Amino acid sequence: MIAQKLEPLLPLVGVVVLLAIWTIATSANWVDPVLLPSPAAAFKALWQGMDGPLGHDFVKTVYRTAAATAIAAVIAIPLGILLGSSERLYRSLEFVIDFFRSTPASAMFPLFLVLFGVGDETKISVAAFGAILVILFNVAYGVMNARKTRLLAAKVMGASRLRVLFDVMLLESLPQTFVGLRNGVSLALVIIVVAEMFIGSQDGLGHSVFEAQQLFDMPRMYAAIFAAGALGYGLNLLFLLIERRFVHWSGK
Amino acid sequence: MSAPHALRVEPTGVPPAPSDGGAGKRPHVTIRGLSKRFDTTVIYDNFDLDIPRGELISVFGPNGCGKSTLINMIAGLIPVDQGQILFDGMLLSEIKFGYVFQNYREALFPWMRAFDNVSYPLKMMKVPPAERKRRTEKLVEHLGVKIDLSLYPYQMSGGQQQLVSIMRALVVEPEILFLDEPFSALDYEMTLFMREQLQKLFMESQTTMVLVSHDLEEAVYLADRVLLLSRHPARVADFTPVTSPRPRTAETLSEPDFVQTKAHCLEIFQREVRRR
Repeated sequence: MIAQKLEPLLPLVGVVVLLAIWTIATSANWVDPVLLPSPAAAFKALWQGMDGPLGHDFVKTVYRTAAATAIAAVIAIPLGILLGSSERLYRSLEFVIDFFRSTPASAMFPLFLVLFGVGDETKISVAAFGAILVILFNVAYGVMNARKTRLLAAKVMGASRLRVLFDVMLLESLPQTFVGLRNGVSLALVIIVVAEMFIGSQDGLGHSVFEAQQLFDMPRMYAAIFAAGALGYGLNLLFLLIERRFVHWSGK
Repeated sequence: MSAPHALRVEPTGVPPAPSDGGAGKRPHVTIRGLSKRFDTTVIYDNFDLDIPRGELISVFGPNGCGKSTLINMIAGLIPVDQGQILFDGMLLSEIKFGYVFQNYREALFPWMRAFDNVSYPLKMMKVPPAERKRRTEKLVEHLGVKIDLSLYPYQMSGGQQQLVSIMRALVVEPEILFLDEPFSALDYEMTLFMREQLQKLFMESQTTMVLVSHDLEEAVYLADRVLLLSRHPARVADFTPVTSPRPRTAETLSEPDFVQTKAHCLEIFQREVRRR
């Protein structure tokens, strides 16, 4: 009985263990306190920072990631449906998509710097570029892998080609589209944070981590890392919740 | 279908009955000179068949002989290489028909509630929403179906899902209904129940039905006539009438008439399996 009631708390075990090891490690002086501050110091920095400059950086990173993902989705979803609805078209572009999907987006920074200069446009467009290919790939596969029986069923009931596309293929591809969106937003966040570190940035979580490290302000650096982690986790969770709400049949 | 309109010369001139594959009744579907091959395998070669009106026909035969291929060609799911299939002298595109897939899980639309699944074919026929609702409700009432149709398919049992599939096929009031092994993905208890449901539907509607089955007892039990096919290239090995009166019940299965018909079908089936 008690074991069953405690079941929902299981995910907290790892957190508690991690915090315990961290506390012991710092209080027993196993690690140089300059490299690893106590959890209390790190969370204090997080708490205070979110009310001040760290909060500002957090909002900036959220804005850039959201903008990049939104741009990517607007471009990649219609394109993915188009490519997926014609297997021949997809096969002829598959190599190009796979090639650029496999190219580290960070390798594109210098190119985009030349194109867009030093500013938000560069960061957002590099991140969007990475996310587009991931989303495109997933949407196209979602459309291509639509259940053949379902397509036949629609055809037998007299649905036109366009009807089949909108009534069946599009909805069939939604679960896979959400896989693409979740991967896309994660990738966009990674690229944004890296871009904030190196491309003459004035703000953002990446900038915050980098600056704190340069100033040897370790509690602040850990605070920024946690903020970035929470953001990544939160975005993933957000898309999962949206998916569960709108794609209720997913996996059933 | 290759150039279907060219084939439709004289709609009034119903083709003469084939030497085999005719049932001696006014035909509903006439199949003439049907040919189909997959790669190098000839499945049908100049195949003739008449399907009588208002009867339930079971299609039975050796594995891979083209049972499903036959109804899929009649229902227009796969193209024929050659030949002519007419419904009262009309083309498939001119008639209303229903098709029930074996795999109900993949045939229904999981994003729609069961009720909307059932009424979807009416939407394709551009029936206005209010009329769609009315006709779907009428069908549900007529069949006496006791399923909560506001559920999504994945919230239902397999039998309920297949019943929804059948209702979806019936909502257009089809002239002919095709069923491709409709119960083979269900457990035995549900299969028995669904056979009763189908028999009831058939007796009430008198719609021509063509059922592919891989279970001889089921094929005989449900049918007015069992179409026994040979190995490919498929010929009509026999078109056995089943005379047991309806409604048939569990007792029917042990009546001498039924047992004899089943034995006859089995004998032909085994003869065809052995013939190489």
